[in-house]
Amino acid sequence: MRATARTYARLLAAGFRRGSAYPLAALGGLVANATFGLLKVGILFATLDAAGGELNGYDVGAMSAYIWLSQGLLGSVNLYGRTDVAERIKNGDIAVDFARPLDVQAASIALELGSRLFALLPRGLPSVLIGVLLVGMSMPTTPLPYLLGALSVLLGITLSCTTVYLVAASRFWLVEGRGLEILYMVASGFLAGLFVPVPLFPGWLRTLASATPFPSMLQHPVDVLSGRVDLATSLGLVAVQAAWLVVTAALGAVLTRAGRVRLEVQGG
Amino acid sequence: MRGTLAARTAPYRAVLASRVRAQRSYRASFRMDLLGSLLVGLVELAEVWVLFHGVGRIGGLDLGQVLLVFGLADVAYSVADLLVGHCDGLAGFVRRGTFDVFYLRPQPLLLQLVTSDISLRRLARAAVGIAALVTGLVVNDVALTPVAVGLLALALVSGVAVSSAMFVLAAGVQFFVVDGAELTNAFVYGGRYASTQPASVWSRPVKAAFVFLFPVAFTGYLPVVTLLGLPGTDWLPAWLGWCAPLAAVWAWGLALLSWRVGVRHYQGGGG
Repeated sequence: MRATARTYARLLAAGFRRGSAYPLAALGGLVANATFGLLKVGILFATLDAAGGELNGYDVGAMSAYIWLSQGLLGSVNLYGRTDVAERIKNGDIAVDFARPLDVQAASIALELGSRLFALLPRGLPSVLIGVLLVGMSMPTTPLPYLLGALSVLLGITLSCTTVYLVAASRFWLVEGRGLEILYMVASGFLAGLFVPVPLFPGWLRTLASATPFPSMLQHPVDVLSGRVDLATSLGLVAVQAAWLVVTAALGAVLTRAGRVRLEVQGG
Repeated sequence: MRGTLAARTAPYRAVLASRVRAQRSYRASFRMDLLGSLLVGLVELAEVWVLFHGVGRIGGLDLGQVLLVFGLADVAYSVADLLVGHCDGLAGFVRRGTFDVFYLRPQPLLLQLVTSDISLRRLARAAVGIAALVTGLVVNDVALTPVAVGLLALALVSGVAVSSAMFVLAAGVQFFVVDGAELTNAFVYGGRYASTQPASVWSRPVKAAFVFLFPVAFTGYLPVVTLLGLPGTDWLPAWLGWCAPLAAVWAWGLALLSWRVGVRHYQGGGG
């Protein structure tokens, strides 16, 4: 048991190191993050202004916190739908992974999670810092929201890995998996609240969003960390995230087992 | 003269025709790409709609007026993406070493890169832009006088030129930052996001970046302000929309300079 845990911890660390192998990519990502952040500041602050300074619970400080925290998480939450494991299933390399004494799903998620956690250092923290220095934002003054927020961020990033794994696992059945990836990309950014915060959606769209795991990847961690919602609501949001994590991970395990039975690798 | 032109463009046309055939031969895959491209366009429109429907007026524009901005800018971007969008993938060519193949042919490098592909799936996205543009024209009751039509045509042609220039500019920069190609997302995709917004909401540094340095505001907002006779705002007088061709020339100057410097820097893939 302890040996198994150590293996996955090492995979996590390997992913972390893989992320650190491309510092220039991280810098490029940060510049893009900051640019989008400043554009979001322009349009969303003007929206608040048009609404008279306050809109659905957002004032300028809360909106700024939403913008810069979500920009900071952008490099760590997979909203693109592409993963390495999808490519391995497509080209048959996954057969080698199945031959290893490891759980294919857990191993690929651990590796992915490692490099996504790394992105918090060169892209996440500086994005938030840029927001604090250039624009200013309202953040909680007690330690509890930060602790709960850290848990919520971790859950959100992990959830994006388990959900994207489902998209990848579809390749056991679909020869051309790109369609589902595109669908994921289109739906995830919008419903996770990347460009417009979910609380600003009209009611029916908010209901639609909350029926998907996407708000749990970005909007919920931002809400908990920024202290925009009270403690009870925060605990509720974290519980929702945990529930989605369990559901997507369990579904991924079922798909992996079924996919393994179906898998046919050509060639000698 | 006509004969030589046909002869000179024959290799480019052959490549493009093969790319078109290739995309059309896998029909299911192509239909899916079209659908995906359509959805991307629709979701981007939805993002604009969600904001405006909540508060009515942002940055001096109402929903109908911003539809015009979105339509103009999105048509320009989609057409540019269709024609030269693949230039943004230059870092991939360089990393795989396949860019060196271009050196073997007696044709200009940039022209080869531009004509190496054409993404027909972007047609679906252009359709969303055209729908938004037409709706915007109807909703705003724009009288199609010769002046209005001239301004729209000028804006569209210049808009395609500005957006294409951003892709080529990105390609030039990617010779230097092969691993950091995401850097160019700041003005390629950031520019696209910016182009569908009312530029009046930006702070001065953002205006400096997206009106004057990477002039994407000329692909949507500025011509619409001129067309509808809206009042000008800080740094952005109402007549600025007429300057779209200048923006196009500036953007292409920047793009060609970046390309030239990039190519000079390139040392080959070691093949």
